[in-house]
Amino acid sequence: MFWIVGFVLLFVLPILNVLPPEDSWLHVSDFALNRFGKFLAFAILALGLDLIWGYAGILSLGQGVFFGIGAYCMGMHLMLTIGNQSVYGSALPDFMVWNQVTELPFFWKPFYSFSAAVLAGLLAPACFALIFGFLAFRSRIRGVYFAIITQALALMAWLVFNRNETNLGGTNGLTDFKALLGFRLSAPGTQLALYVVTVLCLGGAYAMCRWIIASRAGRVLIAIRDSEQRVRFSGYSPATYKLFVFVVSAVLAGLAGILYVPQVGIITPAQMGVLPSLEMVVWVAVGGRATLVGAIVGAVGVNLGRSILTNSFPELWPFFLGGLFVVVVLLFPDGVMGIAKQVRARLAERAVRLPKTQAVEGEQV
Amino acid sequence: MTEHGSIIYLEGVTVDYDGFKALNNLNFIVNHRELRVVIGPNGAGKTTLLDVISGKTKPAAGRVIFGKDQDLMGLREYEITQLGIGRKFQAPSIYGNLSVWENLDLSLSRPSKGVFATLRGTSTPAEREEIDRTLETIGLQEQVRKRAGSLSHGQKQWLEIGMVILQDPELLLVDEPVAGMTDEETEQTGRLLQSLAEKHAIIVIEHDMEFVRQIARTVTVLHEGTVICEGTVEKVQADDRVREIYLGRQKVAHG
Repeated sequence: MFWIVGFVLLFVLPILNVLPPEDSWLHVSDFALNRFGKFLAFAILALGLDLIWGYAGILSLGQGVFFGIGAYCMGMHLMLTIGNQSVYGSALPDFMVWNQVTELPFFWKPFYSFSAAVLAGLLAPACFALIFGFLAFRSRIRGVYFAIITQALALMAWLVFNRNETNLGGTNGLTDFKALLGFRLSAPGTQLALYVVTVLCLGGAYAMCRWIIASRAGRVLIAIRDSEQRVRFSGYSPATYKLFVFVVSAVLAGLAGILYVPQVGIITPAQMGVLPSLEMVVWVAVGGRATLVGAIVGAVGVNLGRSILTNSFPELWPFFLGGLFVVVVLLFPDGVMGIAKQVRARLAERAVRLPKTQAVEGEQV
Repeated sequence: MTEHGSIIYLEGVTVDYDGFKALNNLNFIVNHRELRVVIGPNGAGKTTLLDVISGKTKPAAGRVIFGKDQDLMGLREYEITQLGIGRKFQAPSIYGNLSVWENLDLSLSRPSKGVFATLRGTSTPAEREEIDRTLETIGLQEQVRKRAGSLSHGQKQWLEIGMVILQDPELLLVDEPVAGMTDEETEQTGRLLQSLAEKHAIIVIEHDMEFVRQIARTVTVLHEGTVICEGTVEKVQADDRVREIYLGRQKVAHG
């Protein structure tokens, strides 16, 4: 299954983008492929959220912050590569000229380098999660309290990034990017390459998450969700394991942000605040927690629904999203994957009635 | 009595919950390979005693020494567990979403239980054998692939005992192991504890006097956070103060 989906995403869609003529029904438009690349970047973030929420049972409402940090790191690099081609013709980003900043702030300087920007986009969320998680988990903050604190974190980050004095573009964020590594971002080839890189990153992230879950450490995470106290009395330090998985989820969110920015062409504080962070939780809930695949299905599915609905009824989307969450929580607590499992169980039940079929053992997580 | 030769040694331990002294200047010693039963009325401090030894509760005063000279004060629960103190809770405390095998595998004593060791760790044949042996002891061979959450109450209790055995602790803390068990299960549990006492020191908290008579060699009676009597079942039952505060009450309750 993994290989089939991977094959379709990595080869079939790009080929359908490049080969068939544009009026053919087989043709995948540049726009569609680009939009799909954005969804797949979200799916990387959703994988991390599933690790921490689905498996370890820690609800983080602050994943948007890590996503935003990753995105801003890449955005800063893209801003600096604009150089003199900007509206004001200054080497400084336009918004700095506008805000009468005359010299590039010191923390912008490393971002001239692409590799430094990518590294920062991964490490800055990791460090932030490490410090924040260390303080929270050491003090045994958990459950709804952890959720509220991470939500406050999202609000705080939103406020800080909105300020012009932060020198990150304020409300308008970073945009008007021109090129990445010398390739024009408006060129379909560049976007196709970004799409392929996103698919590869998603595949890698998925494989890493599977590896973690299949290991004994993965079972410790599930054990923490089941009975944190017993985990302590089995000789494991729950705080260390939670910190580990929180940092992994932050890195995946940062990676998603890095991939998001050049494909979407803009990053503003609105993408990293309380609402987007909540929406990320809905993706995982809709897809089905503690399945990994469900996180991907949920992220792609909900965002696909969003772009269809906001085209036709833009003002209805928040109601639809809220309604979807309520329906899933009340009726389908295991999300799309849970429904799929039920259908499979029904089919298996029917198969049992036929001779020579073996009964299925009790389900395991 | 000195602290040498003892497996656990508590001296002058006081636990204060906002003025209520759950343990009050408690002195308590258990020797190697001893099976000790702790009884006492509700609120006597029995579970608090286990909380102090296992690191769940930090006493306001006193000393807690494990083995020859290992001070337990200020250590975290998982550190104390790794030193060799296992705990079985009153209500079965297992991992419901893991299989019976996985429950046991996680509990098995290993040199490192850090994140990076468990990410790479696989079970050695010797470890598998040990888990198999424990499965036999607790009689859950048939259920090995089942979700632990789907076991019966008695099976969960046994699974948790198995988990604690696999930690290979020098000292086992067992809180009301037979609560909610059938007569037959109770008797099996008693036999299991007695066979475990050949290799480990065990502290059992119990309410069921029938069961206490079955397993006990030495009984400690707690009342209002202090030891008021210690000795054989007969000695304890003959003690006037014990009759008054504990057995007497029970008789009234039964009459």
